[in-house]
Amino acid sequence: MPDFPLRLEPRAEPSRLMSYLSPLIAVALTLLVGLLLFSALGKDPIEGFRYFFINPVRTLYGLSELLLKATPLMMCAIGLAIGFRANVWNIGAEGQFVLGAIGASGAALYFSGSDSAMLLPAMVVAGALAGAAWAAIPALLKTQFNANEILVSLMLVYVAQLLVSWLVFGPWRDPYGFGFPQTEMFHDAALLPILLDGTRLSFAFVIALAMLALGYVFMHRSYTGFKMRVAGEAAAAARYAGFSAKRMIWIGLLCGGGAAGIAGMAEVAGPMGQLTDKVSLGYGFAAIIVAFVGRLNPVGILFASLLMALLFLGGEQVQQYMNLPSSISMVFQGMLLFFLLGSDVFINYRLRIGCAASV
Amino acid sequence: MTIPNTDTPPDQAAQRGALLLELQGISKIYPGVVANDGVDLQIRPGEIHAVLGENGAGKSTLMKIIYGVTRQSEGRMLWQGDEIAIDNPAAARSLGIGMVFQHFSLFETLTVVENVALAMPGKPDLAALSQRIEEVSERYGLPVSPRRHVHALSVGERQRVEIIRCLLQEPKLLIMDEPTSVLTPQAVRKLFETLRQLASEGCAILYISHKLDEIRELCHTATVLRGGKVTGHCIPSKETPESMARLMIGKDLPICEHGTVARGGELRLRLAGLSHASPDPFGTDLKDLHLDVHAGEIVGIAGVSGNGQQELLLAISGEEPLAEKYPVQICGTEAGRMSAGQRRRLGMTFVPEDRLGRGAVPSLSLADNAILTAARTRGLVNRGFVNFGLASRFARKCIEQFNVKCNGEGAAAKSLSGGNLQKFIMGREILQNPKLLVCAQPTWGVDVGAAAFIRQSLIDLREKGCAILIISEELDELFEVCDRIAVIAKGRLSPVCPVADTTVERIGVWMSGMWADAEGEAEGTTTQETAHA
Amino acid sequence: MDGNLITAILFATVVAGTPLIIVALGLLVNERAGVLNLGSEGMMAMGAVVAFAVTHHTGNPWLGALAGMAAGMSASLIFGVLTLTLQANQVASGLALAIFGVGLSAFIGKPYESVALQSVPAVRIPFIADIPIIGEALYNQQAMVYLSWALFWTVLWFLYRSRAGLVLRAVGESPASAHAIGHPVVLIRYLAVLFGGAMAGLGGAFLSVFYTPMWVEGMVAGRGWIALALVVFATWRPLRVMIGAYLFGGVMITQLFIQGSGLQIDFPAQFLSSLPYWATIIVLVVISRNANTIRLNSPASLGKPYRPEA
Repeated sequence: MPDFPLRLEPRAEPSRLMSYLSPLIAVALTLLVGLLLFSALGKDPIEGFRYFFINPVRTLYGLSELLLKATPLMMCAIGLAIGFRANVWNIGAEGQFVLGAIGASGAALYFSGSDSAMLLPAMVVAGALAGAAWAAIPALLKTQFNANEILVSLMLVYVAQLLVSWLVFGPWRDPYGFGFPQTEMFHDAALLPILLDGTRLSFAFVIALAMLALGYVFMHRSYTGFKMRVAGEAAAAARYAGFSAKRMIWIGLLCGGGAAGIAGMAEVAGPMGQLTDKVSLGYGFAAIIVAFVGRLNPVGILFASLLMALLFLGGEQVQQYMNLPSSISMVFQGMLLFFLLGSDVFINYRLRIGCAASV
Repeated sequence: MTIPNTDTPPDQAAQRGALLLELQGISKIYPGVVANDGVDLQIRPGEIHAVLGENGAGKSTLMKIIYGVTRQSEGRMLWQGDEIAIDNPAAARSLGIGMVFQHFSLFETLTVVENVALAMPGKPDLAALSQRIEEVSERYGLPVSPRRHVHALSVGERQRVEIIRCLLQEPKLLIMDEPTSVLTPQAVRKLFETLRQLASEGCAILYISHKLDEIRELCHTATVLRGGKVTGHCIPSKETPESMARLMIGKDLPICEHGTVARGGELRLRLAGLSHASPDPFGTDLKDLHLDVHAGEIVGIAGVSGNGQQELLLAISGEEPLAEKYPVQICGTEAGRMSAGQRRRLGMTFVPEDRLGRGAVPSLSLADNAILTAARTRGLVNRGFVNFGLASRFARKCIEQFNVKCNGEGAAAKSLSGGNLQKFIMGREILQNPKLLVCAQPTWGVDVGAAAFIRQSLIDLREKGCAILIISEELDELFEVCDRIAVIAKGRLSPVCPVADTTVERIGVWMSGMWADAEGEAEGTTTQETAHA
Repeated sequence: MDGNLITAILFATVVAGTPLIIVALGLLVNERAGVLNLGSEGMMAMGAVVAFAVTHHTGNPWLGALAGMAAGMSASLIFGVLTLTLQANQVASGLALAIFGVGLSAFIGKPYESVALQSVPAVRIPFIADIPIIGEALYNQQAMVYLSWALFWTVLWFLYRSRAGLVLRAVGESPASAHAIGHPVVLIRYLAVLFGGAMAGLGGAFLSVFYTPMWVEGMVAGRGWIALALVVFATWRPLRVMIGAYLFGGVMITQLFIQGSGLQIDFPAQFLSSLPYWATIIVLVVISRNANTIRLNSPASLGKPYRPEA
């Protein structure tokens, strides 16, 4: 290789400062490129910035919407992070989210006459179980047949979407829904209580925070969390220590699936109030980014999910006011992850200018 | 060009004008480490020049600089009198420099001839190249078949492929990096013949080693490195091993103190007909191994690497559980199907060959690494939660009692030198008061001081009544610490005999798979190594 | 069964398998160099939308295909810089590329959602196209189909007959050894990644310009992931990629034919549509069951970062 004027040189110790700074650098770079993108599209970048990042959170209602959007992201991401730390690559949270929504809806529809206070907990359990069951398929195939969990969990996303489409077009379709692919609206006992009057922010947000706290204890204090960390950092060391790799895979996938399932439940029992074929707006995929940007750490995930929620809301805003496709938020999300992965290199390497080798 | 007589060192004064390669003040600085510090070295055509130094002295780095794998931070290189910069191995080869790596740079899934072709410029015709390989292998006594896949070759054969690959380019300078660590004593002698033949034809050889006897036997001149610096130049045949050792480590070689050997301790490890197919498709299958290890003794298993040691260790440690229970018995329990964790609970601890990534998690602190194997035995886990305070205290104990030089128990495992990390792992396994310690390559890649410390710790542990099994490729080490010794070759285990009743030569013969007085079929397992020797 | 129907199914199978062949062969070369790029779904989406836009504006599908390749290559270049120069995790970077590519394609493609393209006429090969049943199916096809066959032979020759292919395989097996004997590992890996990107882009272009001729968000529909699975299924061998791709094409087409046949079977369309995804899972299970097959055939350094010491 020819010598570049810029060289990467390994650091003797990973830089602690950079590991905190890197997500901030990534956010800054994403913003910068975003502004350039707006200019390139012939839009006023300042206006774009305002719609994207200021407008959504200017009001209390806006803030509540931010927390509302962040809720499923937090839930999915904390579950995924548990697996990712052990190098269990569950990228099918989107499908597990959908299954959770299906499971919870099933419970709500089955007990549609009931106004028992146990209905909501039952729906949470049903959602978690359905999501975990969906994630159990890649876990089983990985542990028994060594089938790649990335591809299997991803294929199941497509299957889950077809499954929900079949349900809402077929057996679960609301007979009075004018033929729309959706179930009947859930009644009050099947809806999560609202935290703030006049907003859509529901009790799900509290559940999400509790899940983050639980995740923290599991990851940083428990022996199983320690084992999973070892498995992720050095698989041979985990084998040497006698930690069962299969158990790590099961725990990683079931946590991810269960958490995504609860998120799916929170969506149908929260802002949607029913099951439709558009139940997930890509939360499961966005949660992968949240998990990484949050450094697979519960506190980081809290902040990262707020940021990603802002990107979702901003996308809606610019679609509404600037006539740009809302998929621009996916572009921002992708960029954010790219920049994070890129700036992470400086945790372990430092940049040297000039040829260090020939002094 | 004068061709020196191989039996006598070349007369330095007469050769002064004909330097092939000269290094002047070569330094290589890695972040936090100075690997080479102002190294000077001269070598003439036809000279076999030793670069002597213990592990970590900077020998390999220096050779990588000469071969263009890495670049010096400072200093000059002169090739036949002209200053040169060697940017990459291809440039080195075009100058006429060849290198045989300690960890071979071969590709397992490719054939011998493909491997050779990869190092040749342009697109060689494979048929013609095969023929040239056969010619060279004939001429230098390096038999190898060009059509075979590398993964099917023994370690010795692989080394021949590397040598042939260099020789095909008609090198003026051949670098050999620790070439004998993978050979039986007989194969070493054979290699020396080849090297002497090459030198007599005018090829200069840089011979890197830490083995004093070999250097005294083979090399005309030597440069000694310590801590990256040259500590002396000498003519090995005029030195004693003691004087060279002093140059190499700055003091006398430490000697272990043995106590008395206790006899008839209880049985702690029994292999009862252990057979197991290797999980690695290119590995060695274990065939019907029998072995007993008792309390209060150290049993060593010698052998050339790649003869089933990895598989044996995995089977004993439980990292690769067996289908049957009986073949591995630990402290009286049939443990064949148990996991590594369950076996540890029977009183076994294990020091693996790879420290970083297996024996320790590189990015985790020493305190966290203490939890890795001592969680149960030292009560570091309570109701599913880790007691990090206790873990730190245990790690501190390992650090103090085993003289580990580090930045406290919070230091990441990867920040430690090889010797210090090995001492830490040794400490962690020994301080769990095991009934049985299994230890692979205890001093591999460790400096002399740490190696002596580790050997002494093993002997002390035996004195306390622990049963110890050591698997090592270093015969000298096994003869120094073991009470009984066996050999593993081609996945089979030789009979075990007391060290006092055998010799290095006899074990050397066994290492090629021939133990005539063992099972009747042992005759048939003659390896290619000896067939060619 | 009637011969026309067989011809029609065979024809459609070949067409459906073609994008998979192109993409999977690109990924195969990519992975043989030891680099795992999970972003193929995103690269295909990018290729599809850019090819569609260029074809729409120029009227030339071949310019569109070239633009699709360029788009795939640019996307793979991001991945290359992240993983090869900046040493980022290959799995995470690939996932990022998949998400980013799908998002960016949706963004770029918004204005083209209701645009129709003229379909590209088939190229009939004289004489052999007259063979009954298979002639029409195989030799009266899109030029891109023939191109995919040429690509297959080229990759085969490259990997097993050329020196460059030997070097590529060596780099994939042991980058450290390849570096030690003087091969430019990082450069070779860059080229392999770019080739993978170009082929993914071309596969996407085939979908949007030659196959359906239209652009819909999400039209790649998991084919990028299926191609990744195909490479595993093929145990990194080109011939098996071909076979696997046509098998998948067959599954996709059969379910479409059943849905379109008007057969009154009581089986929801969504279940039929999920068949290709289940097929992928089954194929992965069958081939991965024997860990040794995978270990023997997969490039030994696959997915592991490598940084030459300086």
